[in-house]
Amino acid sequence: MSTPQHQMQQQAAPAPNWQGTPGTSYTSPIPITRTHLGHALASEWTKIKSVRSTMWTLGVFVLLVVGIGFLVAAQTTNEDFTDVPYTIPAFFGLILGQICLITLGVLVVSSEYGTGMIRTTFTASPQRYRVLTAKLMIFFVVAFVVSALSIGVVGLITSGMHGGSSDNEWGGTVLMGALYVSLLGVLALAVGSMLRHSAGAITTMLGVVLVPAILPAFLLMSESMRTIGEKMMEYNAPNALARIFQLDNDNGNGSSQLVLLVGVTAAAIAGAYALLEKRDV
Amino acid sequence: MIEAVGLTKRYGDKTAVYNLSFQVRPGSVTGFLGPNGSGKSTTMRMILGLDNPSSGQVTIGGYPYRKLPNAPRQVGALLDAKAVHGGRHARNHLLCLAQLSGIPARRVDEVLGVVGLQDVAKKRSKGFSLGMGQRLGIAAALLGDPQVLLFDEPVNGLDPEGILWVRNLMKSLAAEGRTVFVSSHLMSEMAVTADHLIVIGRGQLLADMSVRDFISHNSADFARVRTPETEPQQREKLTAALTEAGGQVLPEQDGALRVMGLPLPRISDLAHSADVRLWELSPHQASLEEAYMRMTQGAVDYRSTIDQRAGLQQELPPGAMPPPQMPVPGQGQPGWYAPPPPQQGGQPFAMPQAQPPAGPPAGPYGAPAGPGAGEPNPYAQPAGAAPAAAPAQPSSAAPDLTKPEEAR
Repeated sequence: MSTPQHQMQQQAAPAPNWQGTPGTSYTSPIPITRTHLGHALASEWTKIKSVRSTMWTLGVFVLLVVGIGFLVAAQTTNEDFTDVPYTIPAFFGLILGQICLITLGVLVVSSEYGTGMIRTTFTASPQRYRVLTAKLMIFFVVAFVVSALSIGVVGLITSGMHGGSSDNEWGGTVLMGALYVSLLGVLALAVGSMLRHSAGAITTMLGVVLVPAILPAFLLMSESMRTIGEKMMEYNAPNALARIFQLDNDNGNGSSQLVLLVGVTAAAIAGAYALLEKRDV
Repeated sequence: MIEAVGLTKRYGDKTAVYNLSFQVRPGSVTGFLGPNGSGKSTTMRMILGLDNPSSGQVTIGGYPYRKLPNAPRQVGALLDAKAVHGGRHARNHLLCLAQLSGIPARRVDEVLGVVGLQDVAKKRSKGFSLGMGQRLGIAAALLGDPQVLLFDEPVNGLDPEGILWVRNLMKSLAAEGRTVFVSSHLMSEMAVTADHLIVIGRGQLLADMSVRDFISHNSADFARVRTPETEPQQREKLTAALTEAGGQVLPEQDGALRVMGLPLPRISDLAHSADVRLWELSPHQASLEEAYMRMTQGAVDYRSTIDQRAGLQQELPPGAMPPPQMPVPGQGQPGWYAPPPPQQGGQPFAMPQAQPPAGPPAGPYGAPAGPGAGEPNPYAQPAGAAPAAAPAQPSSAAPDLTKPEEAR
């Protein structure tokens, strides 16, 4: 901090005019608080709960997961759950519902760029990294809580309807499923921060989710591309969710897919931070 | 205290701001003027650390904005009235900014009252008029009760009552010892609000002086004197007498005389002693707006042209004359707003300097000039460069200013 003070003295010297009259400086009576991440978190919490897009995307997400989960649970019999967890009906809703979380993740940041609000935000907090950190944390907590509750409700409904037919542990699938879709949303937020454009970022994220699920059908036809196709098939988002909910319980519980998503998300977040500090707003 | 030193911003090969140096001092309202696209908003964004300068630097109280401790409590800014999330209540918008800046929530209700939006505090800002948006933006700027305030076009969209309110608000903020920096392209508004003016055109500094100096240096005051039309020799007699007394006399098209450099009573006395009767002796003061137009005319990027409606007009019957094209003020004729002060020839506008020798009048008042392309900008030369006494040649005019622009 010594350098800026030194600068100030240097610059004050050739311009004595503005400091000439001591009464010309204004001091606010409001006490000055040293701001920290907590302030940014409170601000982002106010932001995320005060726009309708949050209610819409999360509302549709809950409706899809719980609604489709309930329908699936109603269509299945007790015997279907002998060796799978009770949360499995939530899988079908999550395949669609993850798009809602992606949309919300993108909107949390890109709506500020779209409206120009970001300039006001970064004027109020020149520490840009703090704003992005708060956004990431608030969004992740909101997305994780909402998706975990939705999956949990589906598990409770299913176990209520088909109770006693299985003693499979399903608490882990709630947490891992919620973690997976929330991380997809966080990835979307990081992409939104880099692209700064709602439609562009949402389209990019849809590509990230859907293309690896579709492309293997073509890649498997070619001999040289076969291994890439197989990897894509193994690690694409719908398949990862299927593994997590043990749709086919021969292939592990989806933890390697989760690790991959964590890695990709971490890289995107790092990119978002790097660009955030450098670019003009 | 805002201080810019050699501030330059380039977007690709377009130079938005070039080598801008100025100081904005506390305790007064400083107006920041320039035509559309002259770099006002870019400069404001660089002051706030939103855009990084290509070269040079700008500091507030000695710190670059992003290094400023407690920045939102020291600086408040209104950049764009529409820069709010339209789906959010006015109160929530301010609340999230207050929370981010560590300002107590009751301050939000205070500033809502200050700008008169308390009745619509729970309305979504999407439905706000431009004037209400400006008020919300001003509320956001006032939130931190800061020492330095920046307003970018604060009166856009406000009703007359709102304009008066903003004007008084600026003055009272400055009177409290704050630094108030207001950009506008409304010269008339700045003339009654600001104490100090910084004028830029095409990203370069044209003037940095107090409003009073600006008026005295840039408005061409003159007296119009009319002698009896029936006796032309009286007119020549008076011209000689006035010139002898040190005045500059120029004939006007309708036979009146334009006299500069002599006060009205002196003109009357001279006429009396020369035994010349006067039919008219009237003072004329060019408005500040006119002076501003003249200063910035060479720096206007977006100029309207006459609508030619080429090919859309009906064929005239043979032998018929086309209707005479009457020039419209300000359209396609850069000279309109700029009756060049006749005694100044091609004098650069900005700073006071030695009187150049009186050149020939640059042209009759308001005469339609060419279509504007290549028109010299006699005011855009760097202050202090001695201009040629005769009006500058179009090709060689103002090479220094336009160079970074022409390069694009």
